[in-house]
Amino acid sequence: MNRWKDYATPALVFAAFLILWEVTARVIGASFILPSFTQVMVRIWELREALLTTHLFSTLQIVAIGLGLSIALGIGLAVWMNYSRAVEKAFYPILVASQTIPIIAIAPIFVLWFGYSIWSKVAVTLLFTFFPITVATFDGLKSVSREYKELLQTMGASGRDIFFKLSVPTALPFFYSGIKVGVTLSVIGAAIGEWLGAQAGLGYFSRRMMTQFDGAGVFAPIVILSLLGIALFLIVGALEKRALRWRKTQ
Amino acid sequence: MTSLSPALSFRDVSFHYQVDGGKQISPILNQVSLDIHAREFITIIGPSGSGKSTMFRLITGLEQPVAGAIELGGSEAPHRHGKVGYMPQKDLLLPWRTILDNAALPLELKGVSRQEAQRQVLPMLEEFGLKGTESKYPGNLSGGMRQRVSFLRSVLSGSDVLLLDEPFSALDAITRLSMQEWLLEQWELRGKTILFITHDVDEALFLSDRIFIFQQAPISRLEEVTVPLARPRTIKDLTQPAVAELKQQLIDRLRKRVD
Repeated sequence: MNRWKDYATPALVFAAFLILWEVTARVIGASFILPSFTQVMVRIWELREALLTTHLFSTLQIVAIGLGLSIALGIGLAVWMNYSRAVEKAFYPILVASQTIPIIAIAPIFVLWFGYSIWSKVAVTLLFTFFPITVATFDGLKSVSREYKELLQTMGASGRDIFFKLSVPTALPFFYSGIKVGVTLSVIGAAIGEWLGAQAGLGYFSRRMMTQFDGAGVFAPIVILSLLGIALFLIVGALEKRALRWRKTQ
Repeated sequence: MTSLSPALSFRDVSFHYQVDGGKQISPILNQVSLDIHAREFITIIGPSGSGKSTMFRLITGLEQPVAGAIELGGSEAPHRHGKVGYMPQKDLLLPWRTILDNAALPLELKGVSRQEAQRQVLPMLEEFGLKGTESKYPGNLSGGMRQRVSFLRSVLSGSDVLLLDEPFSALDAITRLSMQEWLLEQWELRGKTILFITHDVDEALFLSDRIFIFQQAPISRLEEVTVPLARPRTIKDLTQPAVAELKQQLIDRLRKRVD
């Protein structure tokens, strides 16, 4: 009953929003400025083949490579910073500074460096997702309590034991939080990368439709991008729930 | 049986903490010597900051004496990690591990295979009144049950000497009493040597053979009293006149330090 209510409220709000959108768009009646919800849906259906094969696949590729690199580099840097105070002092400020860079402004430079290849888009995605994943993992590793560490030491645990049996499980919930932020940002990063220079992908497709004054065609790939972000978030949420079953007992 | 050599000895042990970035020292122990015999039950009683926990840190090897030596089973033991079982005040069970895996942790750290560890731990869980909890998480268990798991974990360290740091202080009075009785049973059954920190004079009298009284740090000579009670004991024994008198004496001595 409660569960049903949990979904009912946001569904109602969302439905109200869609109706408002539909009515406003019909009143304005200029689909190249504001296409109606039904027009966007029809366009998605018409373009389904191009959207869901070539372009979705291209974007997914960027998201997968960008996120994969981000996770690998993020974990690596977080572990290294946790291991050495000197490394933390050297890299943490740079990490924070990297977030003050207006990524959209710097992205065209990536196109200069990497051309229209996939790597210019991966670089933008990486810049978006690296920070939340690294900081979350690092904070998680730092949150290991001294009491637990000393208890394991009294049992004769080595540094390696303490890392794998204490630090990693302690950091895992933090890591998942970082990944949840990271996956949604990765879709945004990939789309922006494609916007600025690509020959395929949902972001590229949206831009191409804009040059053709096809309002519904601009919105169609954006809806797919948004659904992609939600799907990735839900997948990570499910993985998290599975890995952190014990948290239900807390 | 090596009943002749004490389970644990301090030989002129001195210890101090460095404070203020090493500019000053805060002395805790000053040439303290003591012998604890195998299968003895010792409680340590004293106000906070009197060095009780530091003594445990020294015995577990988390700290090293500045001078003197600590012996285990009659021979000097400079590396003591993994050689004494320690049960902290909070249960400190790992919340992501099941009860079985929590109890098996010391075995796992000694390199015992997972299957072998489980084979050893499962019957112990039953003996500790924890049957049926093996696949539960610590969050599902009551405070008393978690303390049992924590005690089982220290027993499974395989050490003859167990250090218990106020293990029952967070439990309610009734649970606490039954845990005390249970602990005495387990101690007699398993032939361990136990050092037990407490603030509670009744608890000390009920449990121990000898009581060490820690005054204010630094400690140079350990005050100790022997509890004049035979075993097995019941909680009623605490009302015997000799014990009641000893209790009053202990309270007076502890109170003097507070004034």
